[in-house]
Amino acid sequence: MKSHFSLQLQGVNLSTKPSPQCAIISIQEQDFSLDSAYQQLRGVFPEKTGAICTFTGLVRDYGDKEGVTGLYLEHYPGMTENSLQKIVHQAAQNWQFDGVHIIHRVGRLMLSEQIVFVGVSSSHRADAFSACEFIMDYLKTDAPFWKKEIRESGSEWVEAKKSDQARRKKWLND
Amino acid sequence: MKILFFASLREQLQTGEEHWADLQSCLTVVDVINTLMSRGDPWKTALANPQLIISVNQEVSKLDTQIDLEDEIAFFPPVTGG
Repeated sequence: MKSHFSLQLQGVNLSTKPSPQCAIISIQEQDFSLDSAYQQLRGVFPEKTGAICTFTGLVRDYGDKEGVTGLYLEHYPGMTENSLQKIVHQAAQNWQFDGVHIIHRVGRLMLSEQIVFVGVSSSHRADAFSACEFIMDYLKTDAPFWKKEIRESGSEWVEAKKSDQARRKKWLND
Repeated sequence: MKILFFASLREQLQTGEEHWADLQSCLTVVDVINTLMSRGDPWKTALANPQLIISVNQEVSKLDTQIDLEDEIAFFPPVTGG
């Protein structure tokens, strides 16, 4: 695995819709600052943005089994960034938003560390809430990341969950 | 052609990547799978997993997707990020 890297896609035009949008997608080993990401979203269209919705995922002490002490996260460089861009495009077909900021960490993570951040800024809270949830649900099922749970007794790759697929399918019926 | 393997599959096969200088008569993804499986285990067992996802040039693909020497093919288990 590469030791330290970060891909930032700034000022990407996400849609042919008149609403201007900006996406930052970063896959990185290092931790991230919630405040920096939030302030970046605040600054995209400071006079237009009326709502910012953020989600942060953390490493917890149980997954498929109890006693998790950490995680190892692997990804497919290139395809990961492309798939996240596609997810943002899909979200832009359904909701109006100004900025998106996605950060996903890879490599070795310890208990309670931050794994993933999704933030969406919009004029309206309903669009910010829905787009943030949609992007997170699709990230879980479509972006090529793999988690390995580390326990004192050994380590195991996490199995994909039917509940994650069900959350993704929910959007197709709405 | 570049062939990539990720996560549990990479560990099963004990390799993450290989390069082919020619297509070895493969026209589609399924031909590549059959060629790899003909090596016997662990290839035969690992690639027989029906849950495996296949991508060609970083797009999720099907077994009958045609391939080219310049392509990047990847095999991986269902994703579990987030």
